[in-house]
Amino acid sequence: MTRALAATGKYVSLTLASVVMLLPLVLIVFGSLKTGQEFLATNPFAPPESWTNVSNYATAFTRGGMLRGFANTVVIFVAAISGTILIGAATAYALDRFRFRGRSAVLGLFLLATLVPGVTTQVATFQIVNGLGLYNSRWALILLFMGTDIISIYIFLQFVRAIPRSLDEAATIEGAGHLRIFFQIILPNLKPAIATVVIIKGIGIYNEFFLPFLYLPDPDLRPISTALFAFKGPFGSQWEVISAGVVITIVPILVLFLFLQRYIYNGFTSGATK
Amino acid sequence: MTTTTTGAPGPSPADADAPAARPSPSGPGRGGGWRQRAVPYLFLTVPVGLLLLLTYLPVANMFWYSVTDWDGLARSKEFVGLDNYVEIFTDPDNVRVFYVSLYYFLASFAQMAIALYFATILSFRVRLKNLWKGILFFPYLINGVAIGLIFLNFLKPGGGLDTVLLATGLDSLVRQWTGDPDIANVTLAAVSVWRYTGLNFVMFLGAIQSINSEIYEAAEIDGAGRWHEFWHIILPSIRPIVGLSFILAISGSLSVFEIPYVMTNGGNGTETFVIRTIWMAFNRNMVGLASAMAVVLLAIVLVVTWVQRRVVPEEEVDLT
Repeated sequence: MTRALAATGKYVSLTLASVVMLLPLVLIVFGSLKTGQEFLATNPFAPPESWTNVSNYATAFTRGGMLRGFANTVVIFVAAISGTILIGAATAYALDRFRFRGRSAVLGLFLLATLVPGVTTQVATFQIVNGLGLYNSRWALILLFMGTDIISIYIFLQFVRAIPRSLDEAATIEGAGHLRIFFQIILPNLKPAIATVVIIKGIGIYNEFFLPFLYLPDPDLRPISTALFAFKGPFGSQWEVISAGVVITIVPILVLFLFLQRYIYNGFTSGATK
Repeated sequence: MTTTTTGAPGPSPADADAPAARPSPSGPGRGGGWRQRAVPYLFLTVPVGLLLLLTYLPVANMFWYSVTDWDGLARSKEFVGLDNYVEIFTDPDNVRVFYVSLYYFLASFAQMAIALYFATILSFRVRLKNLWKGILFFPYLINGVAIGLIFLNFLKPGGGLDTVLLATGLDSLVRQWTGDPDIANVTLAAVSVWRYTGLNFVMFLGAIQSINSEIYEAAEIDGAGRWHEFWHIILPSIRPIVGLSFILAISGSLSVFEIPYVMTNGGNGTETFVIRTIWMAFNRNMVGLASAMAVVLLAIVLVVTWVQRRVVPEEEVDLT
């Protein structure tokens, strides 16, 4: 009896939590498919009259600048992620494969930097980025994304350690230099780490709001986050268009999540505890 | 400093130097000793350069700005000693932001309790486990701006929540969820719980699932109930990760930005530490004062992290 009750309680609580998690999302999807008049006149729970009314999506993409937002996000993502991979792998390679003066100092610098939360230093970082003439340039974001990502360095460090040194040595005997070892042995063997970093950092870059908000006010350069935020202005009272913008923002992440669930769970649990 | 985790059976520290020290066997490496020694430094130039430029230089500058009256534009800065710090702790508008962060801090307890409850349930046999897990975790992956807008839509007068309350006869509970200063912070903190519970949940679940299953089996043979298992097996085993989440909750509640910024723009008494700092630095041009705020935040985070390292022994801290 109590066992049956416990089992019921379990499923009731799971269902309740799922409703809380999904309801706000479902209502946004409903809203995004309604016409402006319909949105104002109907109950938020009322399904849209036409499930194929995509005019709000068209508005969000074109007038709302979301298409440009995606393009900007992709450019920033590709550049930042390539830089992050090269920087992280180079750092890990140097720190794991060489013993040199200052090694522990460098390690200490990276370790200590994990304790400095990014949001706190932006007041001063802004002056530096501005001094470099990068304010209102995509390079500001690319530089910040790749220059301050210490978690990726740690992920790479752990994977480099697991690559047998005998591979390096065999290559050295064949006359390979360090650059060749790095590009032909280390990087290819880091594929699992690279996949993890691309997924986690990709989601991070896609969702980042603070940095583009601070450094990229130019409407033509806006990535997806600030492009969506800008909806609050011109579409402030057109909730059906805002809803469409929200759905457009979420769909890519949802697709990614459905296909890469396991990697995402593993990536976040390992990244978060560092 | 060890390399014992390398797959190869136990290379000694001396061997570890080999790739760097060994001259190239084919000869031309002769006399290239300094070049060999320069290799790791060359690999580290860009990473360390960026680290210094984008983390350490700003931190150093921040300390310097914090004792000046700099407006962010003028060429000269006047040294003002600790005036900025005094102002932070005496101006009621500044002190308020600490009070606001308490809402988020308290909410994080609810968040951890919910996460722990579902992590425990889902660590046992449940139908559709992956579906539940996915639903609970997914909000964590959603863009913060999108979450703000989703809840503005959900909580606006006549929105989803009000409709539910009216339909269930709870009319008296209807409020201006984000407009009423008395409850706006509670609302925003609740949205924050909605957003972050999934991360806590997945971290807890991972920790619970790594508990050796033989321990459960032994407990079940002893006739231990679920409640007993929770208190005596699960909770003690995942204490480090609960401790870590608790500490993260403190620094997290001080650096809240996106949700209140998107939903209320810091109005109705919902201004947070970061919103106020940014506003000071970039809207009021009080870079000196904003830097002092940032230094205070950094100091709190560092102290909290230091306490955490003392209290919760970290097994995976071996990063060298």
